[in-house]
Amino acid sequence: MSNSKSASIMDAGILLPAIGGAFRKLDPRTLARNPVMFVVAVVSALTTVLFVKDLVSGGGNLGFTLQIIIWLWFTVLFANFAEAVAEGRGKAQADSLRKARTETKAKLLTGEDRTKYKLVPGTSLKVGDAVLVEAGDIIPSDGEVIEGVASVNEAAITGESAPVIRESGGDRSAVTGGTQVLSDWVRVRITAASGHTFLDRMISLVEGAERQKTPNEIALNILLVGMTLIFVLATATIPSFASYSGGYISVTVLVALFVTLIPTTIGALLSAIGIAGMDRLVRFNVLAMSGRAVEAAGDVDTLLLDKTGTITLGNRQATQFRPVKGVTEQELADAAQLASLADETPEGRSIVVLAKEKYAIRARDMATLHATFVPFTAQTRMSGVDIDGSSVRKGAVDSVLAHVNQSTVAAHATRPGSDTVRDLQAIADEIAKSGGTPLAVERDGRLLGVIHLKDIVKGGIRERFTELRRMGIRTVMITGDNPMTAAAIAAEAGVDDFLAQATPEDKLKLIRDEQAKGKLVAMCGDGTNDAPALAQADVGVAMNTGTVAAREAGNMIDLDSDPTKLIEIVEIGKALLMTRGSLTTFSIANDVAKYFAIIPAMFAVFYVAPGQTTGPLQALNVMHLATPQSAILSAIIFNALIIIALIPLSLKGVKYRAIGAGALLSRNLLVYGLGGLIVPFVGIKAIDMIVTTLGLA
Amino acid sequence: MTLNGWIQILVYCGIVILLVKPLGGYMHRVFDGDRTLLSPLFGPLERGLYRVCGTSEREEQHWTTYAVALLLFNLAGFLVLYALQRLQGSLPYNPAGMTAVEPGLAFNTAASFMTNTNWQNYGGESTMSYLVQMAGLTVQNFVSAATGIAIAIALIRGFARASGKSIGNFWVDMTRSTLYLLLPFCVVLTLAYVWLGMPQTLGAYVNATTLEGAQQTIAVGPVASQVAIKMLGTNGGGFFNANAAHPFENPDAISNLIQMVSIFAIGAALTNVFGRMIGNQRQGWAILSAMGVMFIAGVAICYWAEAAGNPLVHALGIDGGNMEGKETRFGIALSALFAVITTAASCGAVNAMHGSFTALGGMIPIINMQLGEVIVGGVGAGLYGILMYIVVAVFVAGLMAGRTPEYLGKKIEAKEVKMAMLAILCLPLAMLIFTAIAVVLPTGVASMGNAGPHGFSEVLYAYTSAAANNGSAFGGLSGNTPWYNITIGIGMLMGRFLVIIPALAIAGSLVAKKTVPASAGTFPTDGPLFVGLLIGVILIVGGLTFFPALAVGPIIEHLAMAHGQTF
Repeated sequence: MSNSKSASIMDAGILLPAIGGAFRKLDPRTLARNPVMFVVAVVSALTTVLFVKDLVSGGGNLGFTLQIIIWLWFTVLFANFAEAVAEGRGKAQADSLRKARTETKAKLLTGEDRTKYKLVPGTSLKVGDAVLVEAGDIIPSDGEVIEGVASVNEAAITGESAPVIRESGGDRSAVTGGTQVLSDWVRVRITAASGHTFLDRMISLVEGAERQKTPNEIALNILLVGMTLIFVLATATIPSFASYSGGYISVTVLVALFVTLIPTTIGALLSAIGIAGMDRLVRFNVLAMSGRAVEAAGDVDTLLLDKTGTITLGNRQATQFRPVKGVTEQELADAAQLASLADETPEGRSIVVLAKEKYAIRARDMATLHATFVPFTAQTRMSGVDIDGSSVRKGAVDSVLAHVNQSTVAAHATRPGSDTVRDLQAIADEIAKSGGTPLAVERDGRLLGVIHLKDIVKGGIRERFTELRRMGIRTVMITGDNPMTAAAIAAEAGVDDFLAQATPEDKLKLIRDEQAKGKLVAMCGDGTNDAPALAQADVGVAMNTGTVAAREAGNMIDLDSDPTKLIEIVEIGKALLMTRGSLTTFSIANDVAKYFAIIPAMFAVFYVAPGQTTGPLQALNVMHLATPQSAILSAIIFNALIIIALIPLSLKGVKYRAIGAGALLSRNLLVYGLGGLIVPFVGIKAIDMIVTTLGLA
Repeated sequence: MTLNGWIQILVYCGIVILLVKPLGGYMHRVFDGDRTLLSPLFGPLERGLYRVCGTSEREEQHWTTYAVALLLFNLAGFLVLYALQRLQGSLPYNPAGMTAVEPGLAFNTAASFMTNTNWQNYGGESTMSYLVQMAGLTVQNFVSAATGIAIAIALIRGFARASGKSIGNFWVDMTRSTLYLLLPFCVVLTLAYVWLGMPQTLGAYVNATTLEGAQQTIAVGPVASQVAIKMLGTNGGGFFNANAAHPFENPDAISNLIQMVSIFAIGAALTNVFGRMIGNQRQGWAILSAMGVMFIAGVAICYWAEAAGNPLVHALGIDGGNMEGKETRFGIALSALFAVITTAASCGAVNAMHGSFTALGGMIPIINMQLGEVIVGGVGAGLYGILMYIVVAVFVAGLMAGRTPEYLGKKIEAKEVKMAMLAILCLPLAMLIFTAIAVVLPTGVASMGNAGPHGFSEVLYAYTSAAANNGSAFGGLSGNTPWYNITIGIGMLMGRFLVIIPALAIAGSLVAKKTVPASAGTFPTDGPLFVGLLIGVILIVGGLTFFPALAVGPIIEHLAMAHGQTF
């Protein structure tokens, strides 16, 4: 898939095949999936048969009937066309994905030795096979790196050409079939059989091949079928009323009234709206595994966001050196920089930079200092350097204190409860309260002070949370930090709540608690330990960089691995529902004008008073349509053309605005409800003038 | 239209609104099983009844059990009423010596009273014995009203409860609404009516000698007691054929006012019970506002049309509004008001002949019924009826607000939409199909009292009134024929039970759902926006369904009148 996702609605490459598609979809088996349009097709066929009968026997107003029949069939074709256009947009993307799925040879490993393999076709691989992928090779199928590290170009999937690192263990072990290893080698255990790979699923998703009706679509269909049945009753009883009133209504006219009354507009566009909703996500580089997930996104009440990477920049940065009493800032900064010289973590680098910028201490070279680096481990929770018998350490306050205590050279001043220790702990507490992370620094058993590491909240994130609040969505920040730190960051970022010192179990419990309160929960995650929570959440967005387990558990995959996208996903879900609701309202509101066009025309000659040419119901012809025939023809033409006119809107979607549900509803009611009342009056009148001018009726 | 007329209309509305809160509070306590003023009196009786029925107030029912209990109870009531009519000749309390009612009419009448319709294809004083009137018709007046209230309460529980299984106990709901609500209020109302001059006697008809010396039989009977429940339970079946136009059934303006108020009292208060049970009275007021706006609009049109009168009559030099078929003691304003109330509320009592209204004035009662009797509506039926429309309105509107639709925290999904559409669909099914057959059937046309569109309106009104369980008649149509007895009877059964079953199904489906707390993403359903939306949905769905039928009936009649054409 390319990044240029600007396939416009009026792209000839989509429109032309769609015309053919519109005719192919006349197959009754395809039509039957859409009850409203199926009914239209049935009555169109019925009138066509009657027309042929009239043609043979001669009689009836053949020219008029023929025109009605043509427009009836156009109504069906336009609906098919709308669906074909929506599908066509997905097909274009599927084709470019297919190119990535070219036949590849796989190096199937026969033993532990990575030099022993045999070349087999990629399609013959089974789940559990181990393959070797070397620089320049295409990864034959989805899998998990079990050995090695490599840079991989995933542009085929994400459209992003910058290579990503894939390595065994940890959360970056998943590789996708069809992507290319650029450097080094990896041993991959295959996790998906041919035909069931991520790429295959993507292709069928964007093509809409697996599309099933979503719960809301089913409910809406029931409503539309109900309306259709009501209008069956309303129109089927008319011949009897007419006969009582001493008149006669032809089947063609009845069918015309019926088709204009039933909700054809929304019926025709419903499936296009659904396909376009999925498609909008794809264009946004998010793959929804089902339409149900997209719908659920619109309903999300609670959003769980990981602090790191989503709310804050991935890394904490040193902002201040706070020495204990009796130590100068310069001294502390010097020691802190020394301890961090070889520390390649972003935090470590930020300490070096801060010392240089604020205290003009130039970074020194490890080799010339004869220093050895002591790396951070989970056990010591400290790192630092040893230089000629002298040692410098920095780390978590508790760890450093414990370390100093054990140290044989520990001075009295560093015993627990001493002034220095209390001073250090006071500083550390103060930093923690402000949401920062304190790192204690010691040199040769002497406590020097604390480095203030601070989480940097992403620019603009606060505004986004305000917007979410206006949408009615509560945000919860998930972090491993202690509650104090978490509270400070939560306040700074403006989230509604936070979950501190969160374990995977805590996350799962939080989701279940929210769901027990009837709320829908969305979250994103990438690690294997996120998988249960992703599966439990109503909308679980897995990062494409994440593990296989996470990708399997989520019901959406974000190809860009950008957690802030959840917000847009929610908006797309809402836009999908709004488009359905708005067009349904528009469709039903249209009926008022159609009644005013057709009823006076139908009953034009009923109860004509002596000396008059038209009956009393002519007074209802408020649009002053020229003749009964032109009125009926104009209504049916309007009914067909409005489908075409609304295709762009149904593909683009009604835009969601975070202005509160009430305001949004009144806005849409005004535009699509009131608009739906007025537009057909204008449209039918205009068409009537054209029809009359052309002499069609 | 006169200022005086409008003052009377507004005074009426004011009284109804003032009653909503106290009555709603009382009913809420009754149905929650809380102690009320009447508990010491009826408590032991209530518990005794439960023991006899083999149930208890703590026992709860799944919606299907509730529905089966309701259907069996109604079936039993139907059979008893049918038998009483057929056997009245050999039963006591028959001083006028009425003979057995013929089967078709007995079926029609039994269906009519069991469904709270009270369509009367018979003249009360000339057909029914006192026993049938009291033990048959009046009993059904009570229990059909109590049934409606029970269903409404069960449906409210569906919204109010979360993650539950049961929607209450039919026997308990029935007993409570009868014992604590209908009976005591009717006793008070009966006394008031007797004081205002209505007969209440088991004695025989009175023979009188007129001033001219002629002999006249004056029908009397236990009138006041039946009128009390007829209005309070929105039944509408008159003791006399002339119904509330008869001086013994509605002697003066005061009795007229009391009757009009009691028609709306329980239906309006139920919206408040709804609000109290779901814990937000504003929601109840919103529903009542929607009803109120449609009601006032109906009154305004009807009153205007009647006050304007018929231009063809004006051309003859007779000024003023249309007084044909109206009682002079009520006048145009109160006749129009009564007509709108009785058709809005599914009561069906009449104090004027609707068929004599102008075409437009007579169209308002038809529309009121075609909308499904949701403007206050029959006791209970009005609330559960409008809740069906609310399901549809919320479904479409909720989508437009960008969320899976929900009402009061309950998600509205496929099952609710399906059931609500079924309930809405059954009305045109019964009203339009039967009308369509009747107007082309020679036996159907033969019963019409007028030709042309007015005759059409008579038939349309009859089936509309039947399916809406209203029971009022347009007049003019001779309904006591096999065809009309049977089809109108079927129409009444369809209009009652094809709404009740879906309503209970929705209750059962909703009660199992969680209640989602409201957020900024849920659109408020207690404000003017929702009220407007609900009115729009009711008018558009109802209007679109019946526009063709109305066009060839009252609309064409009205337009023809402007051309000087009458029928």
